[in-house]
Amino acid sequence: MSFNLTLIGQAAAFALFIWFTVKFVWPPLLRAIEARQKTIADGLAAAEQGKKSLELSAKQAGEEVAGARHRAADIVAQADKRGAQVIEDAKTSAKAEGAREKAAAKAEIEQEVSRAREKLRDQVAALAVAGAEKILRREVDAKAHADLLDAIKKQL
Amino acid sequence: MASGKDFNAADYIQHHLTFLTKPVGDGGFWSLNVDSMVTALVLGVLGIGVMWWIVRGATAGVPNRRQAFVELTFEFIDDQVKSIFHHGDRHRFVAPAALTVFVWVLLMNAMDFLPIDFIAGALGLFGIHTWRPVPTADVNTTFALALSVWFLMIWFSISAKGLGGWIHELFCVPFGSHPLLWPANLLFNFIEYVSKPLSHALRLFGNMYAGEIIFLLLWLLAATGIFGTLAAAVLGLGWAIFHILIVVLQAYIFMMLTVVYIAMAHEHH
Repeated sequence: MSFNLTLIGQAAAFALFIWFTVKFVWPPLLRAIEARQKTIADGLAAAEQGKKSLELSAKQAGEEVAGARHRAADIVAQADKRGAQVIEDAKTSAKAEGAREKAAAKAEIEQEVSRAREKLRDQVAALAVAGAEKILRREVDAKAHADLLDAIKKQL
Repeated sequence: MASGKDFNAADYIQHHLTFLTKPVGDGGFWSLNVDSMVTALVLGVLGIGVMWWIVRGATAGVPNRRQAFVELTFEFIDDQVKSIFHHGDRHRFVAPAALTVFVWVLLMNAMDFLPIDFIAGALGLFGIHTWRPVPTADVNTTFALALSVWFLMIWFSISAKGLGGWIHELFCVPFGSHPLLWPANLLFNFIEYVSKPLSHALRLFGNMYAGEIIFLLLWLLAATGIFGTLAAAVLGLGWAIFHILIVVLQAYIFMMLTVVYIAMAHEHH
């Protein structure tokens, strides 16, 4: 174990190597690694952001679809209601019209019937009188048959 | 070198534990361990240069395998530093310094895996007969690193607390600021400041030196004959596998202590 100039020589070499590493080896590597770390961190953040916006838009789309479905259901229900009402209205008016027409027809028929009956009564009366006149021409006693004629007239 | 009729165990060990020392000027302290210096420089340039070469074209996109490997090391060091150092921007100095320490010390420790006699044989062809390939088994290297960290420690201590704050801490921490306690505090801090670089340097040196010695002893066994060679091969494999753990662990410990010492220097008491 003897110390000599080697001690100083090695110390100088050591200082030189440290200086070189500090100056030329460490910084570029550090820069590269830090840049890569930043890239990775940015990428991860972007992925996170993308995931978040995807979730958001999925939620929005779901809401939109739910709203549209709701509106469609409303429209269908309204249409159903309106259709039913139209049918109901048509039915009601048709019924009223029918009843009205029926009543008019009935009145006309009754009128017709009573007119026909009147006419028939007159004709039967005339027929009876004619029949009676024929009978009277043969059998003179009109008086004797007046009661009978009246009775016939009443029966008609 | 482990062959020949005049083979001598003491010579063999001695031979492999001799540095290639060249005097610079007067000799004595003014001499250089060329083997430690050259190996350390080559490994440092290689390790840090390769990282630089890969990192120059670093992309923030999908990294290729080379970049991924460097990033793995980067993240490993950065995680360790992050858990210890909470005193400002670690990227400015502490983390890159820790990376340097880890890579460089790991490579220097890993030289222990190379078969020592192959290296000696190859270099012998060029007329170089002594060469110690593990720079961290040289106290000069480990103390150079530990003392550099020690100076950094004092530097950051002063820059974080100011010169007054640092001197205040020398006298008033850890026992209290009563004037009667000043000597005790100063003594405590002195011991701490001495023991930190000592333990830092000697832990690494001791582990690597011991690893080297055990390999040498095994290769001595290998020189005793065919049975010894087989036994040394098996034991050498076992020790090398175990040594993988030691090499990485010691580099890791040295790096962690560097970070811990610098982090402690930033702490206010």
